[in-house]
Amino acid sequence: MFGNLSDRLAQTFKNLRTKGKLTPADIDTTLREIRRALLEADVALEVVKDFIAAVRERALSDEVNQALNPAQQVVQIVNEELVAILGGEQRRLEFAKNPPTVIMLAGLQGSGKTTLAGKLANWLKDQKQTPLLVAADLQRPNAVNQLQVLGERVGVPVFAPEPGNGIGDPVKVAKDAIEFAKKQQYTMVLVDTAGRLGIDEEMMQQARDIRDAVNPDEVLFVIDSMIGQDAVNVAKAFEDGVGITGVVLTKLDGDARGGAALSVASVTGKPIIFSSTGEGIDAFEPFYPDRMASRILDMGDVLSLIEQAQRAFDADEARSMAEKMAKNQFTLEDFMEQMQQLRKMGSMKAMLAMMPGAGQLREQIDNFDEREIDRTEAIIRSMTPSERRDPKILNGSRRLRIARGSGMTVTDVNSLVNRFEQAAKMMKTVQKGGMPTGMPGMPAGMGGLGMGGGKGKAKGKDKKKGSKSGNPARRAAEEAARLAGEKPGGSSEGNGSAFGL
Amino acid sequence: MAFEWFKKVKDKVASAITETPEVDTSLHAPLEAPVAAPVVPAPVIAEPVAESVVKAAPEPTPAPVVEPEAEPEPVTAAAPAPEPEPEPAPEPEPEPAPEPAPARVSQPEPERELEVGQRSFASRIRSLFTGVQFDPANLDDLEDILLLADFGVDASEAIVAEVKRLAAAVGAKTERELKNILVSVLTNSLELPNRELNLAGEKLPYVFLMVGVNGVGKTTTIGKLAAWLAEGEWQVVIGAADTFRAAAVEQVATWAKRAGAKLVGPDRDGQDPASVAFIAVETAVTDKADIVIVDTAGRLQNKLDLMSELSKIRRVVEKTVPVSEVLLVIDATTGQNGLQQAKAFAEVAQVTGVVLTKVDGTAKGGIVYSIQKELGIPVKLIGFGEGINDFAFFEADEFARGLVG
Repeated sequence: MFGNLSDRLAQTFKNLRTKGKLTPADIDTTLREIRRALLEADVALEVVKDFIAAVRERALSDEVNQALNPAQQVVQIVNEELVAILGGEQRRLEFAKNPPTVIMLAGLQGSGKTTLAGKLANWLKDQKQTPLLVAADLQRPNAVNQLQVLGERVGVPVFAPEPGNGIGDPVKVAKDAIEFAKKQQYTMVLVDTAGRLGIDEEMMQQARDIRDAVNPDEVLFVIDSMIGQDAVNVAKAFEDGVGITGVVLTKLDGDARGGAALSVASVTGKPIIFSSTGEGIDAFEPFYPDRMASRILDMGDVLSLIEQAQRAFDADEARSMAEKMAKNQFTLEDFMEQMQQLRKMGSMKAMLAMMPGAGQLREQIDNFDEREIDRTEAIIRSMTPSERRDPKILNGSRRLRIARGSGMTVTDVNSLVNRFEQAAKMMKTVQKGGMPTGMPGMPAGMGGLGMGGGKGKAKGKDKKKGSKSGNPARRAAEEAARLAGEKPGGSSEGNGSAFGL
Repeated sequence: MAFEWFKKVKDKVASAITETPEVDTSLHAPLEAPVAAPVVPAPVIAEPVAESVVKAAPEPTPAPVVEPEAEPEPVTAAAPAPEPEPEPAPEPEPEPAPEPAPARVSQPEPERELEVGQRSFASRIRSLFTGVQFDPANLDDLEDILLLADFGVDASEAIVAEVKRLAAAVGAKTERELKNILVSVLTNSLELPNRELNLAGEKLPYVFLMVGVNGVGKTTTIGKLAAWLAEGEWQVVIGAADTFRAAAVEQVATWAKRAGAKLVGPDRDGQDPASVAFIAVETAVTDKADIVIVDTAGRLQNKLDLMSELSKIRRVVEKTVPVSEVLLVIDATTGQNGLQQAKAFAEVAQVTGVVLTKVDGTAKGGIVYSIQKELGIPVKLIGFGEGINDFAFFEADEFARGLVG
C-alpha cells in the first residue's frame, strides 16, 4: 500500500528512470499509473482526464525525445502541469482601497469555516490589521457561540447581535456589521456564514443576499482537503451560486492525498490562497502552489518546514546553541532544550512527512513513536545538573538511579547516552561545514534536524545546486542553504534531484 | 410498529436489572438538568405510536413538540426496521420508495415524519446518473460513473466487471435492465449482517461512542439519535466529551435540549474528555438511564496523540460498563481518505458501525463500499439534513436504488 500520491508517483517514476529512451508504450503505462494515483488521491475525474491528455501530448513531443534524460523530462512535465493547475504563483489577499476590507467565508457544512475565521483573524492581527469577526452563521447550533470563544481566544472582537440556533437574519447581521466596522474603523471584516449545500437553492440565495449586502472584496470558498469527487460539483455550485474569488483548503494536516486542491483550482480557475494545517489557532499559512506540486511529486515541502522551524526557533537561542557546539560545550541539558524546541514545531511525524524523499521513509515515519521524546526527556530529567553537563561521570550506580527515577531500564539510559554522544559528534561535524552521512538514529537525527532553522546562514557558503544525497535531513539543510540565496519558486532546477535522476 | 421491539428489549433488560444491586455514585452532578422528564417507567407498553412523548419546555426554536403521527401504523407495513429478535414481520421487499419523505427540511419542523425504521432515504440520494450520459452499449462508462461517486478505482473496476458478467449471462441490453443489474450487484455487495444498533445487551446503560474526523456531523447525529431514542422512551444521557473545540459543549447541549436528553458536560475548560465520558456513564448508572451517547472531539486519524486519547476514553468508560457501539461518522463528501479514517479509528476504538452523513448533497458516499468490503464494518445509519428527523437506518437495497435512481 502506498502512503500517498507522492509515493505513488515516485513508484511510477522509479520504473521510468531506468530507461534511456521512452517508447509510446512506456508513456502509456506511466500515464495509466499516474491516472490511477491521481484518482486515488481524489483528484476529480474530469481533471484527471484533462491532466493526462495534456501530459501525454507533451510527453510524445520532441521536447521529451530530444531530452538527455527522457524520464526526467516526463517528471518535469508532470510537475509543470501540476503547478499550472494549482495556480502558478501564490496569490495574496486583496485589500480594499478604502477600509474595511470585507472577506466572506462560504462552504459546505463541516468544512471548517468558523475555525478558519478564527485563524484568519489571528493571522490578520499579526499583520497589524484590526479585524472584526461577524457571526452570520445563525443556523448551526452554537456557531455564534463558537465564534465568540474563538474571537476571545485570539483577541478579536466579534459582532454577534443575534443568538443564532435558527434565530435572526444573517443578511441583516452582515449588513449591520459593515456599518459597525466603518464606524469603529476596523480595517478588516470577516463574515462567517452557515454551511450550505450547493444544491440548496434557498440557502444559496441567502448566501448571495449576504454577499450583496456586504459587497465583499474576497469571497473565500472553504473546502475540506479530504473531499472526494464531489469537490468539482461543490466548487462549481459555489462559483455559480455566490461567485468566489479564492479558495481555502482546510485539514491539510491530515493524511488525505489532497487531490481536492487540484480539482477545485482546475474547475473554478480560482487560486488557493490559504491552507489550514492543524488544531492550533496558528496552524494556518498562505498556500504555495509550487510547494504543493512539489509535495505531490515527492519533493517534500521543505519550504513550509523551514518556515515552521523559523517560527518555532528563537534566533538567539539558536545562536547560543551554535556557539556552545563550537566550543564543544553541548550538554544533555541543551539536548533536551533542543528537543523541546522541536516540539514547538508540532508533530514530529507531520514534520518528517514534509521532508523530501519521505515517501521511502513512510514506514519508518509511521513506526516512529512520539512518546519516544517523552521517555528521553524523562531520563534526562532524572539526572542531576552535573550529570547533564557531563555525562562522562555516569557510572553504573548513577545509571541505575536514573533508570529507576525515570521508570526506564538501564539499557534505555545507556542507549540515550550513546545516542547523545553520537549526536554531539555529528554536530561537531556539522559545525565544520559538512553533513554526516546515513540516516541517524531518531533522537540523534532530530538533533541534526533541529539545526535546520538556525543554521541557514551558516550554510550559505557551501551552496550546491540540487543535492544528490539520499539523506532527507541533508537535503533539507541544503535546500535551506539554497534558499538563502534564492527566492522560492525556482523549483524546476532541483526537480530531478529529489528522484535521484 | 411503534417502538415495539424497542420497548420489549428495554423491558426485558430493565426487569433483569432491577434485581441487580445498583452502583451508587452520586459524585458528580450533571451540568444541566434534563429538559424533559419523560414518563420513563419500564412497564409502559403502548401499542400505538400516537401516544408520543410530549416534551416539556421546548426551546424557542421550532422544535418538534408533539408528534401528530396520526394512527398506529399497520404492523404489516414493509418495515426495514432492524429487528433484534425474529419477529413474523414480512421481510423488506424492495419496492420503490414506500413513501417519499418530504422534499427538504432545512430546519427542524414540527411535522413528524415516518418512523425511523420506515423512513425511506432512497429519494434523498441523488442518482449516479443525474446529468450523466449513460450508453448501455458501452459499459466502460459505468466505471467513470462509479468513480465519480467515490467508489474508488478498485471497487469501480470490480463492480463493472461483475455487471458485465451478469449482463452477458442474462443478455441484458437495455438501460433499464443494466441498471437493475447494477442495483442487484450493489445490493449484494453492500449487504452485511449486524446492521442494527446493538441494543440487546444484558446490562444497562448501553454506551454509544461517536467518533470521526472534524466536521463530519458527529454532534448533529447525536442529536438525531438521542431524539429518536428518547421518543422510544429510552432515557438518554449525552456525555459532551468534546472539550477541545470552542463551544462544542454548547452545541451538543442545544441538541440535547431538543432531544430531551440529559447532558453531562465538563466542569472546566479543557477537561480530560475521558473523565467527562466516565462521569457521564456514572451519572447514567446513578440515574438508571438506558443509554449514554458520548460525543468526542473531531480528530484527524493521523494524529497519534489524539487517537490514543480516544482509546483512553474507551478504556475508561469500560471500567464501568462495556461499550455497545462505537459509531464512526463519515461525511458522504469524503473521498478515498475515508478508508484510512475507518482503518485508523477501527484500530484504536474498535468501531462497530458507520454513520454516513450528508447524503442529501451531491456527494454519494461511495467510499462506504470499500469500508464495508475491506474492513467489514457495516453502515448502520444514514443522515440527510439538519432536521432532527433527517436520518434513517441504512439498507443496502435502498442505498443501491437511490444511487441508481
